[in-house]
Amino acid sequence: MTHPPGADPHDPSPAPARADGDAMTGMPSDIRLEALAEGAWLWRFGDTIDATVNARVHEAAARLRAHLPHVECVPAYASLLLRVDLAEWEAHGGPLTAERLRAAIEAAWRKDASTNVVAREVTVPVWYAGMDLADIAAHARLSTDEVIARHSAPTYRVAMLGFAPGFPYLLGLDPALAMPRRSQPRISVPAGSIAIGGLQTGIYPQALPGGWHVLGRTPLRLFDLDADPPSRLLPGDHVRFQPIDEDTYRQFAAEAGVTP
Amino acid sequence: MSVEVIKPGLLSSLQDGGRSGYAHLGLGRAGVMDEPAWRLANALVGNDANEAALEITLAGPTLRLQRDAVVALTGGIIDARADGQPLPPWTTCFLPAGTPLRLGGMRHGCRSYLAIRGGFAVAPVLGSRSTDLHARTGPLDGRALQAGDVIDTGNAEHAPWFRSRRTVQALRWGLDPQPWLDYARAPLALLRGHHYDALDVPSQRALFTQRFAVSKDSNRTGCRMDGAPLQLSHPLELISEATLPGTLQLPPSGQPILLLAEAPVTGGYPRIGQLAVVDLPRIAQRRPGDAVCFETIAMDDALQRLRARNDALQQLIRRIAQRLESP
Repeated sequence: MTHPPGADPHDPSPAPARADGDAMTGMPSDIRLEALAEGAWLWRFGDTIDATVNARVHEAAARLRAHLPHVECVPAYASLLLRVDLAEWEAHGGPLTAERLRAAIEAAWRKDASTNVVAREVTVPVWYAGMDLADIAAHARLSTDEVIARHSAPTYRVAMLGFAPGFPYLLGLDPALAMPRRSQPRISVPAGSIAIGGLQTGIYPQALPGGWHVLGRTPLRLFDLDADPPSRLLPGDHVRFQPIDEDTYRQFAAEAGVTP
Repeated sequence: MSVEVIKPGLLSSLQDGGRSGYAHLGLGRAGVMDEPAWRLANALVGNDANEAALEITLAGPTLRLQRDAVVALTGGIIDARADGQPLPPWTTCFLPAGTPLRLGGMRHGCRSYLAIRGGFAVAPVLGSRSTDLHARTGPLDGRALQAGDVIDTGNAEHAPWFRSRRTVQALRWGLDPQPWLDYARAPLALLRGHHYDALDVPSQRALFTQRFAVSKDSNRTGCRMDGAPLQLSHPLELISEATLPGTLQLPPSGQPILLLAEAPVTGGYPRIGQLAVVDLPRIAQRRPGDAVCFETIAMDDALQRLRARNDALQQLIRRIAQRLESP
């Protein structure tokens, strides 16, 4: 299990728990746990793709990873999967119910309520010369330079990883760049492709079939089994795209051992 | 010592209990489809509980064991011949060095497990020797067996259970597959999913009364259920959230998909049910074309059945170990 971004489990100064703690600790007053399967619950924070809701998911995940290492946390846009090894839990503390899990979450939250969960910032270099760049510009009625400027302006957030190991779903795309997915998905989109699908943008960690529009490529290796953690991007990370030219791309790619 | 793959069979891959702790990075667990069968195969050869075994689908590979080997086959009942001699299923067997092991068709079930004493000595990838075929992660670069592969096996003390080391032999006792292999094909236990209530009333009923068939379009990721399409009473706008092995999703086609060992970590289709963990091995043993019916189960009952199953499994594994101590 990797160390959660920004949450220091050794923080020496936990805030004392207060009876009226919710406003103080930021702990959601209503922890909605839906039983998914034996030993698996879904904690729902909302039902829309929304940066504020997603930020709460990541905060909860970071706090639980720091203090409940036996609970596997899998963030999505507006929900957090909590998966518990039942045999392991029950060997220590009897049958695991939603009430007991809720109590454990509340206790974990109080432990370091004063610690701010700070997300990591990762810069992703992009050579903006993707095969669909012109189509994206035409669809947005912008020049390709404007598309690049608008795509590399925001700070995005990794809402979740999925689809393939290390594939980040990024929140924060300029709505002017939104574009429906291709009606005919490609059989193979190259590794490192930065692409737009609807209101989302993402990065293909390996060559994969896909229906998103490709606007550029990064020389970064996004998923590397020999790295720890294997994924370059973690859930909740802040991401900025830095435009680079072809020469820089090729240089980085050669250094990273990525086939351009 | 090693195992040489002469013919790979339809789909054979190395699997253990799965790769946990990486779902938040987009990598699921993979691992065996029929957990009790895999555990019992390891127990029969005296292995540690989490050794990798070969998961064999429908038609088996032909292998050559380069040294003396103690093996067991559990799960689906597969035709197995060592040097032409039939091997009994669910039984500890001895094969002298160089013996060709031909695994043929499956008489019952869909997946068999071949455990070898000492285990398959492939390097763990992110803590597991499971093959995630979809994510191409795990032993053999995350792919299924191919002809020409040579897979190392671990060293183990010589098993004292066989008198001669020159002939193919089997112990006189084996396990009764009956409690572990789904012969009766009774309905599978399904928890109602979050979006069950969004099905229209006839579809709510049909989910628990209809006979579905396992589609040909099924694999370790999921099992598509052929049958009269199920429908929602009104369209749902959903965003992706976590999915698990056993999640029963309803894509727009109306043909439910039951996610299995290589379930994607997130999905955006309505979640109409969740298969009880105790019944995951049963769906793993159904073949394309086999009938599937569901019956409803409450979480408390699912948990109780899971504990009872795990207790029975642990007890049997202990008894196997005792019996191997004094055969």
